[in-house]
Amino acid sequence: MKYLKQIILILLITLIGELLKYIIPLAIPASIYGMVILFVCLMTGAIRLEDVRETGKFMIEIMPVMFIPAGVGLITSWGVLKSMLVPVFLITTITLVTVMVAAGRISQTVIRKGKDEKDHE
Amino acid sequence: MNSFFEESMFAGVVLSLFAYGIGVLLKKKFKLGIFNPLLISIIISILVIGFGEIDYDTYNEGAKYLSWFLTPATVCLAIPLYEQWELLKQNHKAVIAGLIGGTVTSLTTVFVLALICGLNHEEYVTLLPKSITTAIGMGVSEELGGYVTITVAVIIITGVMGNMFGEVICKVFKITEPISKGLAFGASSHAIGTAKAMELGEIEGAMSSLAIAVSGLLTVVLASVYAHLL
Repeated sequence: MKYLKQIILILLITLIGELLKYIIPLAIPASIYGMVILFVCLMTGAIRLEDVRETGKFMIEIMPVMFIPAGVGLITSWGVLKSMLVPVFLITTITLVTVMVAAGRISQTVIRKGKDEKDHE
Repeated sequence: MNSFFEESMFAGVVLSLFAYGIGVLLKKKFKLGIFNPLLISIIISILVIGFGEIDYDTYNEGAKYLSWFLTPATVCLAIPLYEQWELLKQNHKAVIAGLIGGTVTSLTTVFVLALICGLNHEEYVTLLPKSITTAIGMGVSEELGGYVTITVAVIIITGVMGNMFGEVICKVFKITEPISKGLAFGASSHAIGTAKAMELGEIEGAMSSLAIAVSGLLTVVLASVYAHLL
């Protein structure tokens, strides 16, 4: 019963996320609404961690395989992608590096500055 | 083989998972970034349906049940976020600075490179939301008048590349704090990168999950401004 209860709860929250997406005219997907709802429910204690933990962790663990069909689907967009291949490849590679370095190094600098200040107190 | 695939409900799923299993084995044996299980499984599946003359739609008739799990799985990313809430609160300044910095950098890099490559407006806005999660990115691209199918393809390519090379990039640029690593993965390569961050550790995974939502929403707001630049 434990897993059944957990999966029902998770799907119910997903459904509420879909409902919000249907009602609110913004480019926000159901999954993001659902994530916020589950987070708020956990914080307020409306849902206990043990009500979703095992099934949730399982789904997160197998998440990479959920992207396989979309990846294989690249063959169907090959026709349109072909015309932009060089800029797409260039922009994808360079942006990946710049964004990782920006997000990573900026946050790391702030964290380390905070640690230094604590050490001096 | 197409006719059997048409009859079968499980062929697409089993092919995908089996191919992923081969990827995991190769990764274990060779320990090289290029043997990324996700990439390997995509390549093997493409080869099998290519040589077997199976339509993508026929393959996807079964395989779509894997994609079906994506929405509830993304909802579940709230769990590690909740578990790491204290850490997040203590480091909120670093997290906010990192995510704003990451999003602005993403949009600016695309803008500068679009100028260099001489892209037109439609091509430029197609690539603007490339670092964020597919569902939000599609919406942004559509709203700004981009080619949505290309946006989706580029988002997936970005994710797979982040999943493959993220660890190396963190190493080369000395990003060692678990919080920062997580933010870097989530901001640059959304849910596919987060899948990798989850393997690195709970803190990395939680921060990466947060980055998907925050960077996605920031991009929705900022992309409409950047769209006017070119």
